[in-house]
Amino acid sequence: MQPDEQSASGQGIYDELKAIQKELDKCMHCGFCMAVCPIYATEKTEASVARGKVGVAEAVMEGKLALDDPEVIDMLFNCLVCKSCMQNCPTKVNFDRIMLSLRAAIVRKNGLPWLKKAIFSTLKHPALFDRGMKAGALLSGLAFRDAGQQAIAPRSPFAIMGKRAGFDENRLLPALAKEPLRDRLPDVVSNSKPKTKAAFFTGCSMNYFYPDTGMDLISVLRENNVEVSIPKDQGCCGIPVFVHGDVETIRVLAKRNLDAMDRTCADHLITSCGSCGGAWQHEYQEIFKDDPVYGPKAEYWSKRTYDISTFLVDVIKYRPPLGKVDAVVTYHDSCHLKKTMKVSSEPREILKHIPGVTFKEMSKPDACCGSGGSYVLTHFETSTAVAKRKVDDARRTGATTVTTGCPACMMQLSDNVNRFGKGQQIRHYISVLAESYRNEKQSL
Amino acid sequence: MLDQAIIEQFRSLLGQGNVLTSKVNLATYSYDATADVPRGTPDVIVMPTTTEQVQSVVNLARKNGIAIYPRGAGTNLSGGTIPVERGIVLSLQKMDKILEVDAENLTATVQPGVVIQDLNNAAAPHGLMYPPDPGTVTTATMGGSVAENSGGLRGLKYGVTKHYVMGMEVVLANGDRVRFGGKTVKNVTAYDFSNLFVGSEGTLGIIVEITCKLLPSPKFRRAMLATYKTVKDAGNTVAGIIKAQVIPATLEIMDNMTIRTVEEFAHVGLPTDAEAVLLIEVDGMAEEVVLREAEAVVKVVGENNGEMRVANSDEERDKVWAARRAALPALASLNNTVVLEDATVPRSHITNMLLALSEIGRKYHLVMGTFGHAGDGNLHPTILADKNDADEMSRVHKAVDEIFATALEFGGTLSGEHGIGMAKMKYLGNEIGDTGLNLMRTMKNALDPTHMLNPGKLIPAPAEEVEHATR
Repeated sequence: MQPDEQSASGQGIYDELKAIQKELDKCMHCGFCMAVCPIYATEKTEASVARGKVGVAEAVMEGKLALDDPEVIDMLFNCLVCKSCMQNCPTKVNFDRIMLSLRAAIVRKNGLPWLKKAIFSTLKHPALFDRGMKAGALLSGLAFRDAGQQAIAPRSPFAIMGKRAGFDENRLLPALAKEPLRDRLPDVVSNSKPKTKAAFFTGCSMNYFYPDTGMDLISVLRENNVEVSIPKDQGCCGIPVFVHGDVETIRVLAKRNLDAMDRTCADHLITSCGSCGGAWQHEYQEIFKDDPVYGPKAEYWSKRTYDISTFLVDVIKYRPPLGKVDAVVTYHDSCHLKKTMKVSSEPREILKHIPGVTFKEMSKPDACCGSGGSYVLTHFETSTAVAKRKVDDARRTGATTVTTGCPACMMQLSDNVNRFGKGQQIRHYISVLAESYRNEKQSL
Repeated sequence: MLDQAIIEQFRSLLGQGNVLTSKVNLATYSYDATADVPRGTPDVIVMPTTTEQVQSVVNLARKNGIAIYPRGAGTNLSGGTIPVERGIVLSLQKMDKILEVDAENLTATVQPGVVIQDLNNAAAPHGLMYPPDPGTVTTATMGGSVAENSGGLRGLKYGVTKHYVMGMEVVLANGDRVRFGGKTVKNVTAYDFSNLFVGSEGTLGIIVEITCKLLPSPKFRRAMLATYKTVKDAGNTVAGIIKAQVIPATLEIMDNMTIRTVEEFAHVGLPTDAEAVLLIEVDGMAEEVVLREAEAVVKVVGENNGEMRVANSDEERDKVWAARRAALPALASLNNTVVLEDATVPRSHITNMLLALSEIGRKYHLVMGTFGHAGDGNLHPTILADKNDADEMSRVHKAVDEIFATALEFGGTLSGEHGIGMAKMKYLGNEIGDTGLNLMRTMKNALDPTHMLNPGKLIPAPAEEVEHATR
C-alpha cells in the first residue's frame, strides 16, 4: 500500500461531506484520468471523467451547484467506480471516496429513491431476499429462454418491450440457480487432515447465479486439504448498496457478516469476487472507523481476507494440478480484484501452470468490462460500448476461453461475447483449475 | 445566455448528442489544467464530427457575433481554452481518427482529436514514432498540442511540435477551409502557413487535419543519473556535455527542493542531500554510438564533480524516469495550488537562472521547487501555495513577475512550451515590444476581424498593454 493512501483516509468521509475537501484539493486538474476512464473513452465529454466530476464536486462545495440537482445526481451515477483513474492519478486522489461520499450525501439529504429503497431493504431481511431469489429462479422460464452457459435470454414479447434498456433477444442474463450454493453445502466441509481452516464468503453472485463455480472453489480447497466453513448466516457484502450511497444498509449487512465469520473461528477468509473481497479488506474498516465494537472486528478480518488465488499461491502454496485442460485461455482483470485487492499475477500463475492451457495475454487486460454492478442496467448503451472494446481485445488473442476473477465481470462478458465475440466460454479461473484437478483423477 | 433558437440550430446541424447545455456540462468546461487563472462558463459546448460541421458552427457563430473557444483535451497550462467571455466551446475530441500512417513517406495524417499516444501506438508497428512528448502525451490531443506548439522531454535532440508539422487543413473565421503543406519533405510554396498556425493557440483558425512527420524509433538508449553538491557544477555539466558534442535525447535537472519532495513522495532512491541532480538519456540506432556518447557524458560529469549512476537494466531506467515524472505531482502534493511556469533561457544561462530562481523563492518566502529541461534551457519553477491565503497568493504573483523579468534579462523567453494563453498575456509586450504587439494585432485582424476565435488569449487588448506598463 502507498504510504499516502493510509494517511488520506478521511475522518467520517461517508457521514460528512466536507471531509472530502482534502481529497478535492489533491486534484491538480491535469486530466491524466482521461487516459484510462472507460466512460470518457466512450463519451469523450469532460463530465464523464474524474476531473470533470471533481470540478462539479468543487462547484457543489462552493454552493454554485446543488448536490441534489438532478443533473448533478445523473452525473454522479455515470461512473463505474472501477477505480481506473486512481491507478493513473499522479497526485493519488482517492476518487472513489469523493464519489461515494457524494452519493452518500445525496442519500442523507433526500433519502433513497423509492425503487432502490424497496430493493435494498430486502437485503436487510436475508430470509425474504433468499425466498425472492428462489422464486425468481422458478418463474424465470416465463420470460426467458435457456441460452446455455448458465445463461438465459429474454423471450419474444419481453425482448421487444425491453429493447431500449438492452433487454433485447440478444441479451444474455445469468440464470438464477434453482438451488443456491449455500443450500448445497454443509456449514463446514471438513477434512481428515486439514492444513488450515478457512471461511468462504460466497457473495450473492456465486450463491445465486454461479453456484457451480462456487462448488469448483470448494473442490479446489478440498484438493489442498483446507477445511472450509460456509456460514449460512452470511449475506450480501453491501457494496452494491454502498455504491448507491446507502451507508446505513451496508453497515447492517457488514455487521451481520462480521458476526457470522467470527463464529467460524477460521484462520482465513476467502473470497472469489473482487468487490466482496475489497469490502472485507477496505470498506468495512472505513465504515466502522469510529465503531468500538465493529471497528476492531473489521480490522481483524481485513488482514485475513484473500482472494482465492492469493490464498492458493501465497498462503498455502497449492499443489500444482496434473490433469490436462486443452484450451487457449486469456484473463480479464476485474477492476476491484486488481485495483482494490491488488491481485493480478496470482490468477495468471494458476492458469499458466495448468497442463494443456495456452495462456494468451490480451491488450489492456485491466481495462474495465463496463459492468459496474448495476451500471449495466442503468447505462446500458455506454456499458455495452465499453464491453465491446473488452470483447474485441479478448477476441484478438484467439482465446477460446475468457477467464476472470469476478462474477459481475462474468455476467457482463457472457452477454457481450454473445453480441460481439465468437461465443467464447466465460469462466472464473478457479473453474479451470478445478477441471484440471478433476481430469487428473480420470486419467489415473 | 445564448438564444435558444441558436442552440436549436446547433442541434439540427450537429445532432442532439453533440450539443451540450446542461449546468453540469457547462461547469466542466469552465477550466483546463491551469491553476490560479479565472474560470469562465460557456453558453454551449459543441462537438462536431466533421469538417463541414466545424464550418457550420463557425458560420453560425460569426453571423450571431458569438465567441468560439476551440478545445482539445483541455490539458494546457496557460489558461488557453477557458471560455472567459461566454460563448461556444468547440471541442474537437470527437474528430479522433488517424487517417493514415504512411511508412514510405514517414508521415501520418490525423484528425485533431487524436490523442498523441494513440498516434505513437499506430506508428510503433512500423518502427516509427512521433517524437514530441509533452508530459500529457497519453491525454493531450494532436490538435491541441499543435495549436499550443507543445514541447516535452526530448526537445533537446528531437525538437518540438513545430518541427514535425508538415501540413494542415484549417477552418478560418470566414468559414473557408484551407489546406496547405503536405507530405513532401521540401515545400516552399506560398507563405509557411503551417508555422503560422502551429502555436497560434486557437486565435487564427480551427485546425481540422494535420499531416506530421514521423521518425524511426531509436533502438538503443542509456539512462544516467548524476548528483551534485552545487547547482553550479550541474549547470557546468550541461554546458560541458553540449561542448563535447553529445546531444542527449533528454537532459533534465531537479533542484534540492524537488529532489527531497520526490523522494518523500515516491521513494525512488534519490540522494536528498544533493543540491541538484541531472537525469540524462542518450539514444540512437547503433549501440556502439550510444555507448560512446554515454562514456563522454560520464567523463564530463566526473570533470564537474558529479557522482554518476548508470542504469544497467530496464528497471533501473524506469526508476530514473519515475523520479522525473514524479517531480510535478510530488511538488503538487504539498499544497492546494500549483503555479507551474516555463520561463526559458539560453542554456548558457541555466546556472544563473537556477540561482536567481532560488533567490526569488527566498525573497518572497515561498515554497518553490525547480526542475525542467536543462538541456534546452527550459525550466519549470513550481510554486506551491494556498489559494485561500490572499497574502501568500499576492507574493506568488510578485514572484512570477520577477521570474519572467529575470528570464528576459538573460535573453530568454516567457514561455518555452506552455504558451501565452491568458496566464502570461500581460507580459507579452515586455518580450516583443509595441511593434511586436502591433504585428500580432495586424495578423489577428486580417484573419479574424471580429475577434471571435478564442478572445482574451495570446493577444492583449490595447488597454491591458497600458495597464501592464504601470506594473
